[in-house]
Amino acid sequence: MPTPLEELFVKTKSENRAALIGYLPAGFPTQKDAKSIVKSMIDGGVDAIEIGYPYSDPVMDGAVIQAASEQAISNGAGAEEVFELLKMSVSYGAPSVVMSYWSPIEKYGSAKFASSISAAGGSGVITPDLTIEESNQWANETANMSINRIYVVAPSTVDDRLSKVTSQCSGFIYAASLMGVTGARSSVSINAKLLVDRIRKFSDTPIAVGLGVSTKEQAMEVAKYADGVIVGSAFIKIIQENGTGRSGLKKIKYLAASLAEGVRNGR
Amino acid sequence: MASDKIITGIESTLLGHFGPYGGRFVPEALIAALDELSAAHISAQSDPKFQSELAELHRTYTGRPSILTEAKRFAEHAGGARILLKREDLNHTGSHKINNVLGQALLTKRMGKKRIIAETGAGQHGVASATAAALFGLECVVYMGEADTKRQALNVARMKLLGATVVPVTQGSKTLKDAINEAMRDWVTNVDTTHYLLGTVAGPHPFPTMVRDFQRIIGVEARSQVLELTGKLPDAVLACVGGGSNAIGIFHPFIDDKSVRLIGFEAGGSGLETGLHAATISGGSPGVLHGTRSYVLQDKDGQTVESHSISAGLDYPGVGPEHAYLNDIGRAEYRPVTDDQAMYAFSLLCKTEGIIPAIETAHALAGALEVGNELGKDAILLINLSGRGDKDVQTAAEYFGLPL
Repeated sequence: MPTPLEELFVKTKSENRAALIGYLPAGFPTQKDAKSIVKSMIDGGVDAIEIGYPYSDPVMDGAVIQAASEQAISNGAGAEEVFELLKMSVSYGAPSVVMSYWSPIEKYGSAKFASSISAAGGSGVITPDLTIEESNQWANETANMSINRIYVVAPSTVDDRLSKVTSQCSGFIYAASLMGVTGARSSVSINAKLLVDRIRKFSDTPIAVGLGVSTKEQAMEVAKYADGVIVGSAFIKIIQENGTGRSGLKKIKYLAASLAEGVRNGR
Repeated sequence: MASDKIITGIESTLLGHFGPYGGRFVPEALIAALDELSAAHISAQSDPKFQSELAELHRTYTGRPSILTEAKRFAEHAGGARILLKREDLNHTGSHKINNVLGQALLTKRMGKKRIIAETGAGQHGVASATAAALFGLECVVYMGEADTKRQALNVARMKLLGATVVPVTQGSKTLKDAINEAMRDWVTNVDTTHYLLGTVAGPHPFPTMVRDFQRIIGVEARSQVLELTGKLPDAVLACVGGGSNAIGIFHPFIDDKSVRLIGFEAGGSGLETGLHAATISGGSPGVLHGTRSYVLQDKDGQTVESHSISAGLDYPGVGPEHAYLNDIGRAEYRPVTDDQAMYAFSLLCKTEGIIPAIETAHALAGALEVGNELGKDAILLINLSGRGDKDVQTAAEYFGLPL
């Protein structure tokens, strides 16, 4: 049975556009606020939600997400908050996945983690630091579940490896646009398109580009060649700068709407 | 000599696994660099030119082989056992860290990279890295937790004098763990030009294997020095364990000598029962941190728990995966030593032998007092005196209430 995430990419393909995926760590800045933010993102036009599991040592994240994760952890966010927010996001109508470093998943028990994702109606899990060499157990445990395993590939991933990693992905392939950590950049690296073109040689799975996308113009540009556009730090920064009052949430919705327009007008 | 071969076969595959431990848990962006490093390490191991260049540096720059000192007056407090100190404190830059740094600096040149980054806790690895960078004409950036830059201010100045840039890390707990996170972020971003000169036997493959291979010269030398001096193998080999590089360096050549006990001493801080410690194997559980699976101090959600120790160099919530494995199969034992026990041994070595050890090393010396009394006067204990204590004078003076 296809996951809601897979169905989304069928739909956006038929509409000749890219999907917009928004990221937020669970429990940021509080669990209650996180729910309102996710709703505003979806209300504005975000197609799918990526719930981050806030982790103490996020080596792939830049300053914005690091600070958000620290805040969420100090507010007590853990597995329970991740699954709760996931459930809420799904019931609000968006296909949703969880992004988690491997340590929290392993500590929770990876098989149990996958079951909990499934039970919450989640479509899959993005594992940014689980290398393909360490993923056998995870693949076996999730083989008979209707959840997508999503791995990240990078501009430095050589062709042989690209073929191996992407063959293990379902739902979408997470293409890191640049060599670096998460966070807004003034422009999207040319490496993003080169990477997407290389992936197409090996895989028909949809490709979503993340890292460094924060504006409508950038979303438009990426939507020209990718199937999905992932935006995280830009949403979090709005909350860090404006709080979660009416004006903060309004700005979240506005950014989502503007990015949604971008992913519809790229082609 | 069987124990002198490079690889003992403990790591089961090219992926750097030690039983269930080790491996690679890193962003995909780093894989190409780790593969490149792994290939460079393997080819260097069998390249006589590389090996002779490294040996020459050891001889003419570091001052190897380091000597063995018998600590007779200290031994009187350790049940009368014979105590032999492997004097890594006499190396250039003052600790065992230089052994690994020179090896990796040569590999950096071999890979054609011009910039090195390093993390440091006590500052010893940072100083050694800055030293090698100066020697080889490499750019050097050292990440150091802000809290550590304060308690190890002397080493910060040393690194700057050597031409390195020291970046104080203000994220998280502001200690070694966070310095490693920042170094990894730098590496992900600048991997084309930069080598991450990791200072211990943790991190993703090939670091645990490679750093061990560069540190095992300690054990190789010590094994033959003890044999020459006493005519037999030691009964026990002792070392302090933070990440575990000095310990694996002296343990590794003895692994096949089944009669030799290998005992690592972790930082017990204020005591295991207080929760304020850095005794990862004694007080942690298996998990994933900084790219490797090993024992980790973590909470129920897999979040890393802050470690505590009077010694900045042992103040780390992880430990090398090979130690985790040696512990689980029972080949090595790991015990906690509290701050107070370590400082007692620190003071004792100063006053009985005229040697000021690093506070890290003092944990192994405290262990020697314990093990010596357990094994009795016929026992021979080999201890890795991994570093000298000049950098710790301020901390020690505060601890003992000496006016400065």
